[in-house]
Amino acid sequence: MNIRLGAVVLCLLMPALALAGEYDLTVDRVEIDTGDFVKQGIGYNGKSPGPVLRFKEGETVRINVTNNLDEMTSIHWHGLILPYQQDGVPGISFPGIKPGETFTYEFPIQQAGTYWFHSHSGFQEPDGAYGAIVIEPEGREPFRYDREYVVQLTDKHPHSGDRIMRNLKMMPDYYNRKQQTVGEFFSDSSEQGFWNTVRDRLAWGDMRMMKADVEDLQGFTGLINGKGPEQNWTGLFEPGERIRLRFINSSAMTYFDVRTPGLDMTVVQADGNNVQPVTVDEFRIGVAETYDVIVRPRDEQAYTIFAESMGRSGYARATLAPEEGMEAAVPPLREPARLTMADMGNMHGMDHGNMDMGSSDDMAGMDHSSMSGMDHSGMSGMDHGSMMMDNQAQNDPFYARGSGLVPTAANGGKFLSYADLRAQNPLYEEREPTREIELRLTGNMERYSWSINGVKYEEADPIRLQYGERVRFKFVNETMMTHPMHLHGMWSILDVGAGQWNPIKHTINVNPGTTVYMETEVDEPGQWAFHCHLSYHAAAGMFRKVIVEGGPDSQQAKTEAMAEDGGEA
Amino acid sequence: MSGVRFSGAVSLFAFLVLPAMAAAQAMIADTSGRKQPLTTWGIQFEELEYRYSDDDEGLGVWNADAFYGTDDFKVRLLSAGEYEIEEQAYETLEHQLVGQIPVSRFFDAKAGVRFDTPEGPDRTYAVFGVTGLAPQWFEIDASLYVSKEGDTSAALDAEYELLFTNHWILTATLDATVAFSEDEDIGIGKGLVSTETGLRLSYDFIDRAVSPYFGVVHERKYGDTADLAETAAGSTEDWFAVIGARIAF
Repeated sequence: MNIRLGAVVLCLLMPALALAGEYDLTVDRVEIDTGDFVKQGIGYNGKSPGPVLRFKEGETVRINVTNNLDEMTSIHWHGLILPYQQDGVPGISFPGIKPGETFTYEFPIQQAGTYWFHSHSGFQEPDGAYGAIVIEPEGREPFRYDREYVVQLTDKHPHSGDRIMRNLKMMPDYYNRKQQTVGEFFSDSSEQGFWNTVRDRLAWGDMRMMKADVEDLQGFTGLINGKGPEQNWTGLFEPGERIRLRFINSSAMTYFDVRTPGLDMTVVQADGNNVQPVTVDEFRIGVAETYDVIVRPRDEQAYTIFAESMGRSGYARATLAPEEGMEAAVPPLREPARLTMADMGNMHGMDHGNMDMGSSDDMAGMDHSSMSGMDHSGMSGMDHGSMMMDNQAQNDPFYARGSGLVPTAANGGKFLSYADLRAQNPLYEEREPTREIELRLTGNMERYSWSINGVKYEEADPIRLQYGERVRFKFVNETMMTHPMHLHGMWSILDVGAGQWNPIKHTINVNPGTTVYMETEVDEPGQWAFHCHLSYHAAAGMFRKVIVEGGPDSQQAKTEAMAEDGGEA
Repeated sequence: MSGVRFSGAVSLFAFLVLPAMAAAQAMIADTSGRKQPLTTWGIQFEELEYRYSDDDEGLGVWNADAFYGTDDFKVRLLSAGEYEIEEQAYETLEHQLVGQIPVSRFFDAKAGVRFDTPEGPDRTYAVFGVTGLAPQWFEIDASLYVSKEGDTSAALDAEYELLFTNHWILTATLDATVAFSEDEDIGIGKGLVSTETGLRLSYDFIDRAVSPYFGVVHERKYGDTADLAETAAGSTEDWFAVIGARIAF
């Protein structure tokens, strides 16, 4: 009865809404063949990745999810704005879907763009339980294209998620095969001088941190739409067509640097929201992010889509071609990235004088004093000049100055920065935030423990927000790893210093040694997950529950009932 | 500005739709596994090897540990032994069961019991110690032992890995034991008892799970302990060639 009433009201609200799409998904054990190895995994409708779900803005969707596993499962609709009970996080949205059970999700589609879905139970997502969502907008889009493809990336590893987590806890460098060697000591010595190299190694050794700690999880095969580099997923085109590529990074742990040699890419959407078009040669896609780009191949030839992992330990590759079977050159992997002292934050006694970095003071919202919680007493008086990277004139304010992670385009051209992103249409009116919440991203690589404000999820109280407020979140990255922070249920407005044109996202990368701000209009009641989207960081404790208190009357009562719930309250 | 959506509109939407969809459902408490401390386990044979001494003795040797627990508390079982193949006897056979808690960013404190059951008299000790990662990547394990008879001794194990490549690794180890009182029955004299120094070159053959190695080990007894060994016609210094594998699973 209630559902029907709701639907009627919905129809009155949005006259265009007449459709209710019905979808069926089964969660199955599947075989995954990457071309490099074959493994057992989890998929949807018998395959990993699952199907591309195509929704229409304005419709209400019903999705029947049947669990054919012998364990609990769940599906989270990543980036979708929906009632919290439909968000699919076991223990927060709902209890989960039992083996053999069919759970019906039902929610209105209030947005358009490229999104994805994945299991939020255990390590089912890294084991293969993910798929793409494409939502067709009600209105006209501010860009044109003739054809579109989903390009869904993942880092498929031969080990199961449980095994990876256990190995990382046992030996945090278990999968790191890009560590500095004796050979690198000698090559650094000849470039930077013996004593500079010795001092450099001693400085890092003193902190017990590794310059090479860029990718926790190596040994994966990069997949695009489920195909390994040799299997070469191919999208066809007619020369002259505009092709919209919907990039989704569904990796457990891996950031990719994406390029299409020979083709400019015009970025038109980030995390499902249109951005003012920006043409780039290459972009970095963080875990769980999406970017829609438009390419226009004019020649009757094949083009490679090349996605190199940030730490250069692996890659994914696909092809755009006028005909099946054509292929273009696959570039070699570049040199592995190395962290610098800058990625450790703004340490006391550090001399930045010899770094000729452009000023980034015009960027609101950045500061680099993020390592204050660490003991750097052993670091003073060091010669940091020798440890910095070449400092190719880069100005990306979303990396620490002198960071070793700053990306550069392979062809020397334009590399997308967060600072380039501007919302096409602001979703909200610009207003002052009602308060600021600081979230320090913390961890200990040697124990492989990850936390927020030094507290793991298991010991943490929920973050309580008031319905109707606008909260400014301050992320301070005190670790040497990059963390893609994902707030469920409400938009993350990334502060790039553009005021009302700040881009609207669902996942925000916070690079080592940086502070990043985002604002959220607290406009959805209920309780939501908020976490680092690196699977093994989230599982190790970099995770929070957010409770939105207040809101419409009917929700109010429930929030109060919730407050009785023991340690959670 | 035509595209601006007021949050009020969203709340109106939520107000109308939410009650319809989940009328009587209260917000649940997180009782999922995610809210529990992450429990993990591992088994490692740091050394599993055949030793061939400079006086033609063959030994089977292992040094293993297994752990189970969370970040806050782990139980660890350590097992070490040296088996003389010709004499079919354990020269040393040692088991420790310790509980371990973190006390600093890189170090754990541990306490437990140790049972020595080699050929000859057995011993039971209480164990106290610290284990962790020292600056410059030295893995350190320092223990204080108090036997049931009241004899005390201390041991320091240090390990350093040198990466020739990311698969060829040279591991240097130093184990040193000091006794604060004599335990003649088991050949322990007061003072520096013994050292064992090793160099092993390994290759990570399957991930870090199976890493075959070869190397050289030097054992030496000192002071009163050396005197006791000589009296018993034992050796005070040995060189070994070793071949084996590091195993982790």
